[in-house]
Amino acid sequence: MTVAPLALPARRPRAVTADVLYREVLRAAAACVLVVVAVIVYQTARGAGPALHTYGARFLTGTEWDPVAEHFGALPYVFGTLVSSLLALALALPPCVGAAVYLSELAAPRVGEAMAFLIEMLAAVPSIVYGLWGLFVLAPWLRAGIEPWLIAHLGFLPLFQGFPFGIGMLNAVIVLAVMIAPTIISISREVLLATPGALREAALALGATRSEALGVTLRVARPGILGAVILALGRALGETMAVTMVIGNSNAMSWSLLSPSATMSSVIANEFAEATGKLHASALIEIALVLFALTVLVNAVARLLVYWTTGGRRHDAARA
Amino acid sequence: MTLDTEVAPVAPPPPRLQATVHTEEAAATPARPPKLTARAFDLFYGAVHALKKVTLAIPPDSVTAIIGPSGCGKSTLLRSFNRMNDLIRGVRTSGRITLDGEDILGPTDVVTLRRRVGMVFQRPNPFPMSIFDNVAFGLRLLGVRDRGELEGRVELSLRRAALWDEVKDRLEVGALQLSGGQQQRLCIARGLAVEPEVLLMDEPASALDPTATARIEELVLALKSSYTIVVVTHNMQQAARISDRTAFMLSGELIEYGETSRIFTSPRQKLTEDYITGRFG
Amino acid sequence: MTPRVPEPFPRIRFGGVSRTRRVTDAVVLGGCRVAAWLTLVPLGLVLWHLVDKGRHALTVGFFVHNPKPVGEPGGGMANAIVGTFVLLGIAAAIAVPVGVAAGVYLAEYGRNRFATTVRYVADVLSGVPSIVVGVVAYGLVVIPMGRFSAFAGGVSLAILMLPTIVRSTEEMVLLVPRSYREGALALGAPEWRVTQQVVLPAAAAGITTSCMLALARAAGETAPLLFTALGNRFWSVALDRPIGSLPVLIFDYARSPYEDWNRQAWTGALVLLILIALMSAALRYTTRRIR
Repeated sequence: MTVAPLALPARRPRAVTADVLYREVLRAAAACVLVVVAVIVYQTARGAGPALHTYGARFLTGTEWDPVAEHFGALPYVFGTLVSSLLALALALPPCVGAAVYLSELAAPRVGEAMAFLIEMLAAVPSIVYGLWGLFVLAPWLRAGIEPWLIAHLGFLPLFQGFPFGIGMLNAVIVLAVMIAPTIISISREVLLATPGALREAALALGATRSEALGVTLRVARPGILGAVILALGRALGETMAVTMVIGNSNAMSWSLLSPSATMSSVIANEFAEATGKLHASALIEIALVLFALTVLVNAVARLLVYWTTGGRRHDAARA
Repeated sequence: MTLDTEVAPVAPPPPRLQATVHTEEAAATPARPPKLTARAFDLFYGAVHALKKVTLAIPPDSVTAIIGPSGCGKSTLLRSFNRMNDLIRGVRTSGRITLDGEDILGPTDVVTLRRRVGMVFQRPNPFPMSIFDNVAFGLRLLGVRDRGELEGRVELSLRRAALWDEVKDRLEVGALQLSGGQQQRLCIARGLAVEPEVLLMDEPASALDPTATARIEELVLALKSSYTIVVVTHNMQQAARISDRTAFMLSGELIEYGETSRIFTSPRQKLTEDYITGRFG
Repeated sequence: MTPRVPEPFPRIRFGGVSRTRRVTDAVVLGGCRVAAWLTLVPLGLVLWHLVDKGRHALTVGFFVHNPKPVGEPGGGMANAIVGTFVLLGIAAAIAVPVGVAAGVYLAEYGRNRFATTVRYVADVLSGVPSIVVGVVAYGLVVIPMGRFSAFAGGVSLAILMLPTIVRSTEEMVLLVPRSYREGALALGAPEWRVTQQVVLPAAAAGITTSCMLALARAAGETAPLLFTALGNRFWSVALDRPIGSLPVLIFDYARSPYEDWNRQAWTGALVLLILIALMSAALRYTTRRIR
């Protein structure tokens, strides 16, 4: 006797389609992220086209920036960006690593967390506020007190020659250092908290002082801290508003910290809205392209290092 | 000398500090004063009473094993001997711990104490450096700079730790490349390099395979003629194999302490007997 | 005493820790403590000056009046404050749906190469300087429209907010316990409904938090607005016209040579910081409620 096969209920096509549709909509949204970056690359490349075509490599080596005569050399701005960022990094690094060590290893847990929280609040202050502070508070201090002192006592160095304007490279370096400090501190702290305590114990058990045991921990955390530093560098390179307000906006390239200067982002901020002529606008967009490439590269290297040492734990560095 | 070596403790504790359970402080005579002692030692992790009036004396140049179930406080006691518990916040202690008769709990140079009282941890923790740099670490801290002297002392320590033959051709190799057992012996060599007087070992072989464990045990037996060794272990057979004296702890209290052979054949406390025969633990 | 292994070296003299080591230890440990407190000094200074200089013009009029020409008393930043909200509204309208959807995709279906690429690219996007985004938005919106507009400003802010929202949403959705999902699926609900009606509501508080955080940060952005929304001294909420915003107006006032405007710049900055603080505080409040 044959038994009729069980009539299984047909799969509800509606639900299946709804599932697929839902997933595809979400996937499209995710694809938007790729589209946005593609658009950024395309727009900057296209906009920079005329300038790339006209000036070629001379763009990055020339020092004359004349919108009227249409001579555009961006070297002073590249120089200004690199110098201000690297000096800010050098200024911020020792205190920030020290602070990170204190917060992760030395302070009582609740004190450390409270202080870490306050330092992260530093990161929430918008760039323009730092710019205001640099312009109206720091500049008078520099002009009246610090810069004259530097000129008087260290003026034999080309580093400190010139007129105490109050604004200029020195001001920008200080403001940038303050702005990138939270990044360095919070990531370094996380890296230090992630290093195994067993090594510290081993060092102490051998008769090391606390700072000697710290040396071992720092040695292990070095790649991660380096990652934090490079991430902070990326932040500093792209920083616009605060720098624009305090750096003086002169395209002179000088070894003196006291001289007014300019960066890639400051020249774009200052000139783009009123760019005279297509070539001028295109030159500015080419600067934006260079800045974009530079920050993407630096950030990629940084994230690699940070991921590697925090064991892949994700840190939204854009948050800090 | 007609001193009875089996009975007299070094100094009779004042009655109120006397431990509430029976202990022996034998083998401690004026001729051979104990290397390490604990007297009515209490330790609190915050509100948790982790060690309760522990009193014992550890003779020099011997192996003393501390056994007991998990959480009985044996590691805590061990770590008290080199003040590694100071690293934990909220720790309070009372009572005395002495090294060569001197109290170590008061204001002492903890850094030097930890050099004199070395420690080997449960999980091998070599530094991420070369084998040579690991062993030389402590020496460099002490100011040994001359390359020749460093090399000589490193070799000496590696020989004492029975690791020299296996690594002598690759001292520059990273320590983490070694096997678990080799890493542990490296940690022992590292500790030996700074010329300690006492070696504290916290379950030194529990993370290792049986072969490596056997080598560690051999090493302990070889070292005991020159060092005072205290080993915490959850493995009773290991304690029976390598130690001269054994202390049994339970819930923070020292239940019984005496010669290993006696403890394992005729324990005086019922709790000890129960633990040894496997009724709990 | 039993002899040790014979050694050719003199025993190290163990007199204790050398003075150099002791001093170094104290200096290093003390230095770290000083460094930590030192890093709080700029925060204190900035906040102090902000309140000190900004409170003078902080009147009701500031919130109600528009900018007046120099010399005329009683100007305010009403249009800029409203303008900031308009811009944030546009940015949120674009970035929140797209970002949340993308984040949900990464969390629910994100174990393939495409998803990994999206994550990586989102990280890249979060590192793009805001001025570059402004330049891009200029070419993308201002040129085709033929004018500066609030919409262009909103677009640039949306681009800046997108990566944060995507990654945070993914994190929040991943936090939802598997049991929620499995329970609903076991009842026979189709996958998309499970996500919509079970997982998302559970993650909603966290997602809202992240969006607020992204908005708080976008509120302070100035650079991209300089050549998209441009700025407007007059009242305007039209989406296709230039619009004023707090950061840009602060910037203009700060750079002007007029003392009255400089003072107003501080007040504007104070208001901006209070706004950002309120938005971030709201997120801490909602986070607490999830627990």
